[in-house]
Amino acid sequence: MTAVAEPVPAERTDSDPALRVEGLTVDIRTISGTVRAVDHVTFAAHRGETLALLGESGCGKSMTATALVGLLEPVAEVVEGTARLADVDILSADRATRRKLAGPELAIVFQDALTALNPLYTVGTQLAEPFRIHHGMKAKDAQRKAVELMARVGIPQPQDRMKSYPHQFSGGMRQRLLIAMAVALNPRVLIADEPTTALDVTVQAQIMALLRDLRAEYQMALVLITHDLALVAEEADRVAVMYAGTIVETGLVAEVFAAPLHPYTKGLLDSVPVNAVRGAELKSIGGSPPDLHSIPQGCVYQARCPLAREVCRTTRPALQAVGARRKSACHFPEEVKSA
Amino acid sequence: MSTQMDMVPVKPTTAIVGEPETDRRPGRSVWLRMLVNDRVAAAAAAVLGLVFLTAIFGPMLVGDMATHIDLDNSNQAPFTLAHGWANVLGTDPLGRSMLGRLIVACRTTLSVAIPAVVISAVVGSMIGMWAGFYRGWRETVAMRVADVIMSFPSLLLAVVVLYVFSPSAANIVAVLAITRIPVYLRTARAESAELSSRVFVDAARTFGASGSSIITRHVLPIVLPTLLTVATLDFCYVMLAESSLSFLGIGIQPPEVSWGLMVSQGRTYLHTAWWLSFFPGVAIVITTVSATILAAWARIAGDPSQRWRLTVPQKRLSRFTKTGKAI
Amino acid sequence: MFPFVRRRMYTSALPLVIVLLGVFLLARLTGDPTNLYLPESATEAQRTAFAQKNGFDQPILTQLVDYFKGVLHFDFGTSLRTGESASEMALRAFPATLQLAATTMVLAIVGAVIIGCWAAYRPNSLADRFSSLLSMTAASIPDFWFAITGVWLFAVLLGVLPTSGTDSALSWILPIATLMIRPLGVLTQVVRGAIVSALSAPYVRLARSKGASDFRVVSHHALRNAAAPALTVAGDLAVGLINGAVVVEAIFGWPGIGKLMIDAILQRDFAVLQAAVLLTAVSIFVLNIAIDACYALLDARVREPAKV
Repeated sequence: MTAVAEPVPAERTDSDPALRVEGLTVDIRTISGTVRAVDHVTFAAHRGETLALLGESGCGKSMTATALVGLLEPVAEVVEGTARLADVDILSADRATRRKLAGPELAIVFQDALTALNPLYTVGTQLAEPFRIHHGMKAKDAQRKAVELMARVGIPQPQDRMKSYPHQFSGGMRQRLLIAMAVALNPRVLIADEPTTALDVTVQAQIMALLRDLRAEYQMALVLITHDLALVAEEADRVAVMYAGTIVETGLVAEVFAAPLHPYTKGLLDSVPVNAVRGAELKSIGGSPPDLHSIPQGCVYQARCPLAREVCRTTRPALQAVGARRKSACHFPEEVKSA
Repeated sequence: MSTQMDMVPVKPTTAIVGEPETDRRPGRSVWLRMLVNDRVAAAAAAVLGLVFLTAIFGPMLVGDMATHIDLDNSNQAPFTLAHGWANVLGTDPLGRSMLGRLIVACRTTLSVAIPAVVISAVVGSMIGMWAGFYRGWRETVAMRVADVIMSFPSLLLAVVVLYVFSPSAANIVAVLAITRIPVYLRTARAESAELSSRVFVDAARTFGASGSSIITRHVLPIVLPTLLTVATLDFCYVMLAESSLSFLGIGIQPPEVSWGLMVSQGRTYLHTAWWLSFFPGVAIVITTVSATILAAWARIAGDPSQRWRLTVPQKRLSRFTKTGKAI
Repeated sequence: MFPFVRRRMYTSALPLVIVLLGVFLLARLTGDPTNLYLPESATEAQRTAFAQKNGFDQPILTQLVDYFKGVLHFDFGTSLRTGESASEMALRAFPATLQLAATTMVLAIVGAVIIGCWAAYRPNSLADRFSSLLSMTAASIPDFWFAITGVWLFAVLLGVLPTSGTDSALSWILPIATLMIRPLGVLTQVVRGAIVSALSAPYVRLARSKGASDFRVVSHHALRNAAAPALTVAGDLAVGLINGAVVVEAIFGWPGIGKLMIDAILQRDFAVLQAAVLLTAVSIFVLNIAIDACYALLDARVREPAKV
């Protein structure tokens, strides 16, 4: 396994989090009925720390992010839950309040940088936008700040490139631009939705280094949404593992990866082909994620779980504390290590 | 690829070999459900159906009501049954029943519009699909031809052509069909070109399928909904074009009658008998508006990523998008 | 910018040449062209004299060359009706149509942008659906019927507007309203649709995440991206305005090029018809170039030469 980030001191996890999400539930209306895409998700992100939301495609982690930022598609609706940021419950706040928070307090970096940027406006205009919206700056001043921003995120010759268009930048540069726009107003919380998935490995490392620097400089709470275990191991302090719309385990990355308390987490970790021997079978989790139209009663993971028992089929395990700093949504967390 | 959720489905970009996207499209009952859900579109479909039925069966039922000249009853006002139910919409200067003439004109108008649409749709789509599939010089030539035809206002083209060759129903149909071919050509070509680069086409080729069979079996079913939408809208346009030509005197000639011609004939009586021009126009408007509404509905229903709008009850939909928490 | 415009001029010239060729062929392939130019009552001697004078007895290639020479000098012969130069008549009638068309287009675009943006702002609301219905109706109305009903309503019944002529400012109202109704309807739908789909694009999501207000999102981000499809349709509509102008001028007696064409048709005056048709073709050509230039202005990606 690759090197793990330094563990966060225990006191930190109890101090007031920058973002506290409780019971977030999102329903989607489809042609064939209503589907629960996010089910009572609860987590907290602290300043100066990276929380990873880890899960496979379709587990609801991106939808959690979009719900928090208030950018759900019209078919999706937040039906329950609170999200406290800067003493405001952003999920029940009105649009004006949310708009005021978007940028200075809460920012998001999207996955696909090319389509995320408006192709018809120069990069300079788009970077200057947060300053014009929130600080009412004049164009010239905002442009100056935009140049500073571009320099900060490592774009060479920023002054010259202000008049360039998004399609004239490489993928890595575009991602830097997105990050620049997100951190322009020193937000308290930065959500990064698969920030490196579309990039090649060397650029990935640079982007993550940049995020780390910015996190330290602005003391942001960084919520990293990803399916990449290695990324979580390297960059995150704490992790929340998601499966089929629910959080199944949370805790410090070092502890969770060393000794998982949920069969799904264990399955994920086991399937990483480290120390694999040529010719041997690779381990994988049998079966496939459940169809969200027909989530079973009881535990969401029961169909694929080696520990599944009668109680798993009838009662859904709540996300409960196991020990001081960890939580698991399993009836038998202590049996996981021998599964 | 886990796609448990049908949420806002994007046009499928990964294709399973040999399995066209037709499997993903909703069956007929879902189409019907979507139509009924949108009350306005359903009303439009009903109206159009009525118009078609009138065109087919109407003239039979009214007999010679449209041509029976009765000079004693000339220019009678509508909305009274004093002169018999046949004249409930009034009569023209020759005492002929407006209602009867409207019904007969319906058949004439439609018998020009529908063949024109069908011909241009078939010819334009075939050329378009062929050009888009093979790309290269075929595509360039086809697009150039389409550009040339489109760059000239159709009415003008029709006017000049009908000046040189005298107006007859067949000539009108031919001219209208030719001017509308580019619309289908462009649409079919664009879709066909996009599809021809998909994996399943290469796969079909490895099975030894020829170009034309790939087009008919794979490209056509996918392109068909879009083409039908275009055709519905185009029907509207062709109807209006024929009416304009007849109005100007170079379309349908008397003693045949079309709605456009009726409007033109009623023009001199505007002060005394307003209904002569008014009712034929209303007939045109009703038909074309219904076709437009239906086409707009079909465009949404045929697009998988927009379809959700038609499955959500109308009231709920506006609630989502007004100022509030969801957006 | 200019190399782009130059490039487009070359490609757009083709339809123009084809139209020119088409008129030439049409006149000659359908029998003796003298039948098109001379009244039916002309004598045999007059016909022969005319044919010789205009070179119809020459081999077809010579005729073609002469024809294009004449086109370049914009000389199409003389009108049967008035004896004037056909091209002069056409050039005189053109500005009237241009004024009508330009005013109509400007009003239609402004109206469509305002209504379309407003409707797209709250999609599927009652206001939006109502304005959609209205614009769909407007797009489907036969212009000649609208004109006649308008004349009947406002001129005959209410007597507030004149039935024809160009004298007063009031006499502009009905012609422009008639010409405008379909473009306004179509363009409103297009603008609304384009903005609604621009609103679901990722860059709008980004703008919202930066805290942009709804107004800024629509007017700044969405509108510019919606401009391209709207511009395409506006271009097609502008070409179709010629159709509308023909009808409107015929009904209101507006002394434009459309009326000239219809009169020429009804009086079998082929020289004037030719001149008018070709003048129209040239203006469409210029219009297409202008639209392409607008595309280039809006979108930087278009300005660059195509790269894979």
